[in-house]
Amino acid sequence: MIAAMIKPQTAKGPDKDKLIVATAPLCGCFGCHMSLLDIDERILQLIELVEFDRTPITDIKTIGKCDIGLIEGGVANVDNVEDLRAFRNNCDVLVAVGACAVNGGIPAMRNHFDVKQCLEEAYIYGKGVINPHIPNDVEIPLLLDKVHPIHEVVRVDYFLPGCPPSADTFWKFLTDIISGKPVHFPYDLIHYD
Amino acid sequence: MPSALETADNPQQLKRIVIEPLTRVEGHGKVTLLQGKNRHIRQARLHITEFRGFEKFIQGRPYWELPVLVQRLCGICPVSHHLAAAKATDMIVGATRLTPTAEKIRRLMHLGQTLQSHALHFFHLCSPDLLFGYDDEVRHRNVVGMIEDHPEIATRGVLLRKFGQEIIRITSGKRIHGTGAIPGGINKSLTMDEIRYLQKDITEVIGWARSALELIKRIFYEKYDYHMGFARIETSMMSMVNTDGGYVLYHGGLRARNHVGETIFDHVDYRNYSDYIREGVKDWSYMKFPFITSLGEDEGWYRVGPLARINNCDFISTPLAEQERKEFAGLGNGLPVQSTMTYHWARLIELLYCTEAIAELLADNDLTGTDLRTRGELQQTGTGVIEAPRGTLFHHYQIDEQGIVEKASLIVSTTNNNQAMNESIRKVANQYLDGNRLSEALLNQVEVAIRAYDPCLSCATHAIGKMPMELHLLGEGGELLDRLEKKVTGEMIRTI
Repeated sequence: MIAAMIKPQTAKGPDKDKLIVATAPLCGCFGCHMSLLDIDERILQLIELVEFDRTPITDIKTIGKCDIGLIEGGVANVDNVEDLRAFRNNCDVLVAVGACAVNGGIPAMRNHFDVKQCLEEAYIYGKGVINPHIPNDVEIPLLLDKVHPIHEVVRVDYFLPGCPPSADTFWKFLTDIISGKPVHFPYDLIHYD
Repeated sequence: MPSALETADNPQQLKRIVIEPLTRVEGHGKVTLLQGKNRHIRQARLHITEFRGFEKFIQGRPYWELPVLVQRLCGICPVSHHLAAAKATDMIVGATRLTPTAEKIRRLMHLGQTLQSHALHFFHLCSPDLLFGYDDEVRHRNVVGMIEDHPEIATRGVLLRKFGQEIIRITSGKRIHGTGAIPGGINKSLTMDEIRYLQKDITEVIGWARSALELIKRIFYEKYDYHMGFARIETSMMSMVNTDGGYVLYHGGLRARNHVGETIFDHVDYRNYSDYIREGVKDWSYMKFPFITSLGEDEGWYRVGPLARINNCDFISTPLAEQERKEFAGLGNGLPVQSTMTYHWARLIELLYCTEAIAELLADNDLTGTDLRTRGELQQTGTGVIEAPRGTLFHHYQIDEQGIVEKASLIVSTTNNNQAMNESIRKVANQYLDGNRLSEALLNQVEVAIRAYDPCLSCATHAIGKMPMELHLLGEGGELLDRLEKKVTGEMIRTI
């Protein structure tokens, strides 16, 4: 029902008929973004329906007011937290996309270890490392002690499961929500691997 | 030697400018520039700012999980990690030689992956810079602008990528994070129906690849001097070649040549890679800095990827790509081609090679074979190396008697180019930014240099920007010289 309400309330931008979509990868592998591009030639239809704000495929670096925000990846450092909050503050509908955003995914396997152990393995005990020390500079964001799914940090409206969710899952979700229908997936779109 | 712009003497007194997040590259990174008196650039760094810790958390997992687990390093080139890990686990299970069916299916998967990755990079990410110019309007300078202004080129790009993704789906079950390769072989061969499905488009696909190459050559020659000089650095290059010195992607020996093309090492068994490559750590980046051991940290950094592969090989086995390689080599007048922007050209020669090689493989009866897997005696270590789309990728694992991973070392392709990317942005800073008033277009030139390498920062990291683009330029005494604000729309406003 949220979907039915958002369009009249928030549609804006140069083309009033289009919903504005932003996407961000946090601690993931970019595979969900790639799976979105796997809609192949349907991208020609998609850009008739939506306009992209901040995403890795545009050069817009700061998010503006958006109708839909798609988040790939979990929350692993302080920058992830701030970006996720910026998305929540600017997006009417926020979507956790893929295993890492939904439950932390593979990167959350580091939750079994201390952050220090993980850093030491790469930078102190790594094969062939000549000047072992852990990078430490103001330009590098602090790591969180655990990797979190995004709903532990902000309110999330929808969850798209899968590693990654298939292109058809993205397509069904976006076309349902754009047309103001309740989102409904047949079994084969939420069954994976 | 690394450029003097790597580290400024008095960073506290300089004005920091940040480009964050880098866009139209896969994954995340940021660039910081420090500017001093008279707007001179004093420091330029590409930072990789996130860390995941794969090397640690795969300890304790059974070795047979590796091909499906570590491919989650990267959703853009998962097949590279899938296959590098599979090659390492082949060694672990004592499979010294794969069955012809297994080896050919893996090669096909890898060709499909290189094809889709190169198509994505050229058409979806970089063509806006090349066709519209680095100073094009921000809201237009992307793949949507391409679809609107050049629909036939953009559509061809989408379809080329689709074809590569379909090969991956058919050989591994899924377009992203599939399961085709297993220790000692593969889990499925192809059916005749699947082969016919791929064959029906292949002639057209080769045609699209040829026209992409014509396009990049036209773009390149239109501004020849600019493209030859932009962000140009001279470096050693490393790649794998086969025993005849020919071009390879899946398997071969390591070859490194210096900036004038003299051999540093050749036909090195990649299982001994750690004797030839070492890594340095710098405080300001989570990405390590590899170098060729015999040349040392300051002189030994190098480049990998399409430019290195096309320069280093003596020939390419497919006719159209070989003809293109010869024309490309002519740019160097007998020396390796060093221009950073020629990465785009070399990448599209590779894309053409992939289409030709796929056509050859699809005619091979072994693809439908039933002998899928071999094994021997369990070994304690395994090393897998592959030419991933972005360059040489190293995986090394050590297991205990139970088959549990004890130690893992990975050098991902983009990491090899770390110092080179840093040096290229320093070159751009000197060429175009130094002494100038700041503008969005000038800063995009920094990103144009980084994009040429097609870095996959996902493989190494994930960070994402939070900085509003407001740039202040202060004099060394702290006085405000210039201030720019970047709106959400991408519009730049000078507020002083």
